[in-house]
Amino acid sequence: MPPVELLLMLLLLATAIVVARLKDLFAAAMLTGIASLLAAGLFVLMDAVDVAFTEAAVGAGVGTVLFLGALSLTSRREKQERTRILPILIVVATGAALIYGTWDMPAYGDPDAVIHHHLAPDLIAETENKIHIPNIVTAILASFRGYDTLGEVVVIFTAGVGVALLLGGLGLRRSDAGTEEES
Amino acid sequence: MRPPSRVREMPILRVVARALAPVILLFGLYVQFHGDFGPGGGFQAGVIFAAGLIIFALTFGAEALRQVVSVVLTERLMAAGVLLYGAVGVLAMFLGGEFLNYSALDPLTTGHHGQHLGIIAIELGVGIAVAATIMRVYYAFVGRRPESDGETREPSLGAEPGGRTS
Repeated sequence: MPPVELLLMLLLLATAIVVARLKDLFAAAMLTGIASLLAAGLFVLMDAVDVAFTEAAVGAGVGTVLFLGALSLTSRREKQERTRILPILIVVATGAALIYGTWDMPAYGDPDAVIHHHLAPDLIAETENKIHIPNIVTAILASFRGYDTLGEVVVIFTAGVGVALLLGGLGLRRSDAGTEEES
Repeated sequence: MRPPSRVREMPILRVVARALAPVILLFGLYVQFHGDFGPGGGFQAGVIFAAGLIIFALTFGAEALRQVVSVVLTERLMAAGVLLYGAVGVLAMFLGGEFLNYSALDPLTTGHHGQHLGIIAIELGVGIAVAATIMRVYYAFVGRRPESDGETREPSLGAEPGGRTS
């Protein structure tokens, strides 16, 4: 693994461990933002700029704000709980299974990997002729897979409606904030 | 979290937020309309745009932001974004193509402009829906009050105007 990737990966690992161990939720919320930023850095190094963009904006930006918003409604410190063995075992076993799964994956950047031979060459060759825009990712998401993206927007809309229904927001919908019925 | 009144007394935060927010909004628009050529697109643009507005709200209070973007407006824009996306698809059907076949949007040429127009339109729909949804979620969090403890704390993410002290 190249040194910069390795450094970012180690920092990510360290951040994750600290977040899991911290009892101060404010610090934990900030560190999750940092973890997102590190992940975004990794995505940039993997040439997945669009994904990195999303990770930085959502994970490091808005996600942190929402964490802090939730934090302002609760206490700042996590309750002390005794360490339980079974959850740790499950997590370790799952992690081990995932790592075992990666052994079958093609090497990082391997040009002979299956994924580079199935659809990708066609898309790279044909997108310019069919859609006439240079960003292949946008062409795939917006045009070739327009249905999927429409579905995703509906999912986001539904999530927003769900949050609005569950949490309400700013007491009253309109700006007549004179009376507040919530006790 | 510091209460917003103390945030409002911090000149550095205020100045930086005031200077950064418009730049972030502009960058959001750039990501939105440059998505066909560079990285980005409607989703990222929507998030960045909403983040720019939220930074403003964090320093100057959600009440100040609500003067510009009301809660009802975010709800309407959420639906408008989805409807814009769907409308492009239906429009393509009326012009003789399949649902979401943007080439039909421009029957005169061989389809370049149709694809361009369609992608810009649906990305705009995505951007509007995402930005509005994030704003709405932010408002939802800001508007909540802590449930348990007796003393009514102010929601600290810049929820109320500075003059209000309880």
